Amino acid sequence: MLNRIWTLFKARNIEFLRDRSAFAWNILFPIFVIVGFSVLFNDERQILYKVGVVGSEQAAGNIEDAQLSRFRKMKYIDFIPFKSEDQAVAKLLHHRIDLLINQKDGTYWTSKTSPKGYIAEHLFKSSSFIPNTDLKKESVHGVEIPYIEWLFPGILGMNMMFSALFGVGYVVVNYRKNGVLKRMSVTPLRPWEFLSSQIMSRMYLLLLTTAIVFIGCKLIYGFQVRGSYLTLFLVFCLGGFSMISLALVVASRSSSEEFAGGILNLITWPMMFLSEVWFSLEGSEPWVQHASKVFPLTQMIDAARKIMNDGAGIQDVQSNILILAAMSLVFVVMGSMLFKWQKD
Amino acid sequence: MNPILEVKDLTKHYPEVKAVDGISFAIEPGICFGLLGPNGAGKTTAIEVIEGILQPTSGEIFYKGRRRGHSFKNEVGIQFQNTELPQFLTVKETLLTFRNLYDRRADITNLIETCRLEDILKRDNRKISGGQKQRLLLAMALSNDPELLFLDEPTTGLDPQARRHLWDIVHRIKAMKRTIVLTTHYMEEAEILCDHIGIIDNGKIIAMGTPGGLLKEHCGGTTISLSASIDDSILKDFPCRWFRKEDHIEIQTTSPNECLYRLVELGVDLSSMNVRNQNLEDLFLKITGHELRA
Repeated sequence: MLNRIWTLFKARNIEFLRDRSAFAWNILFPIFVIVGFSVLFNDERQILYKVGVVGSEQAAGNIEDAQLSRFRKMKYIDFIPFKSEDQAVAKLLHHRIDLLINQKDGTYWTSKTSPKGYIAEHLFKSSSFIPNTDLKKESVHGVEIPYIEWLFPGILGMNMMFSALFGVGYVVVNYRKNGVLKRMSVTPLRPWEFLSSQIMSRMYLLLLTTAIVFIGCKLIYGFQVRGSYLTLFLVFCLGGFSMISLALVVASRSSSEEFAGGILNLITWPMMFLSEVWFSLEGSEPWVQHASKVFPLTQMIDAARKIMNDGAGIQDVQSNILILAAMSLVFVVMGSMLFKWQKD
Repeated sequence: MNPILEVKDLTKHYPEVKAVDGISFAIEPGICFGLLGPNGAGKTTAIEVIEGILQPTSGEIFYKGRRRGHSFKNEVGIQFQNTELPQFLTVKETLLTFRNLYDRRADITNLIETCRLEDILKRDNRKISGGQKQRLLLAMALSNDPELLFLDEPTTGLDPQARRHLWDIVHRIKAMKRTIVLTTHYMEEAEILCDHIGIIDNGKIIAMGTPGGLLKEHCGGTTISLSASIDDSILKDFPCRWFRKEDHIEIQTTSPNECLYRLVELGVDLSSMNVRNQNLEDLFLKITGHELRA
């Protein structure tokens, strides 16, 4: 029994490691994303609004020098000079810029339909006000989490999700389609032995690729893990296990890669957008926040962020761990019950 | 001697078709039993029901006098008609992987030698030829040192040389006193490899026996082949049974002299004539009225 599981575990690992394109992609993809985001969200280059300017600054008419100067000193606004008004208006119409100011006569334009234009306009107008001296600025206390450290657990989780769902789903469907599963079915191999070997192999490969990405990014960015590595490892193990088990449910019967691909996309896309990989759901509709909790990725990323960013202990992520364990159990049982060796 | 495999009144019906329609046979240990029939005759369905891949509609299957249990999978070897191999594994890794799935295992050195895999052991599965792939699949089927081996059209699609190599291997397996159940639509293959054959058509076994016995019983005569250009009207009242095939006309007769005199009388051009003893293909044509490789 153990020998059969071990044999298939080894065979699957060899297949994965020799498929260099898949292996490289599993490691390089998250690194590309993190490098890309670290460049995009670099404080120096983090642009929130783009303001087009025409006319010479020296020849300012209606605009007071102080107002323009205050506005131009604001951070996160990129000022783009244009030679002609027509050219700049065309850019505004296509939302390539959020606001256009003619420095010569103080005229400005915004798009009625652009939320960013609305904010940019109000920023511009407010720059003429004298600052209210009654207001008092305080700095936030506690640990401020750099954006990249907030993003990192999400990217790791997303990579694990794609690797688990597509990696296991496609492989099993492909095995069924080309008759490898049928061939295995006439040996003494039992379905649960086959499924166990697939889970173990993908777990091993998931953790291996995640560890490589983790160490690589830690060396590059030097971010901190404020909680316990052991708890983080447990969360990644359970998260990976639950998503692999979910893939086994999807791949339990199908022999069509197109069908399986469609179902996997149907699962992965909402999971990616609602699991706070890229952005927080804070402030979104309550039902959206509740709905997002049904995804294993949400639970895993939530727990990983608590551990990595806030230094949470195992008790703080207890509910995430229990939910992930319950999901894993349900998916494994479903996957085993639905599993078929052959095409229908 | 007690049969190693016995099939009684086996049927497998689908909504539209009776793929296997009440077949029965018993196979003695150590022989090669062939199920011979054209494509779509029900050979693969019959063999897959016996292997346990498909559930029968009715009928009984006995292995060593008992219904098949879990040990059946450990004791039989199976080669399917079409199986892809795991990608990125070498021939040796594939063989070892499948061998390790069994509780009882054949000696790996003997297995490699029997199936002539020595030269391709380190080759990636994706880079082996059709004949090499069939030899590997055969080695996989033998990896548990089976007492009973099922081979489903093992040489279909192979070139003549690769086919002969595979026949040699089957002869070696026969020499080891293993029992083989083989399906084929090649008459020559059945004649060369099988000790006993069942001819199957439309899900039924229409003739069964040793190749020699069947020929003696049904095909004592001679087959004369003529050019396909002869008009059917010339042979309208011809005294012997004749069939138009794709590229020639075949006449089956037990009195070749009389037949040839008549052809000369009719003025038929005999310049491309071929005369030979009848074989299993002629037998199939005689019984069913259509060709084996239709």
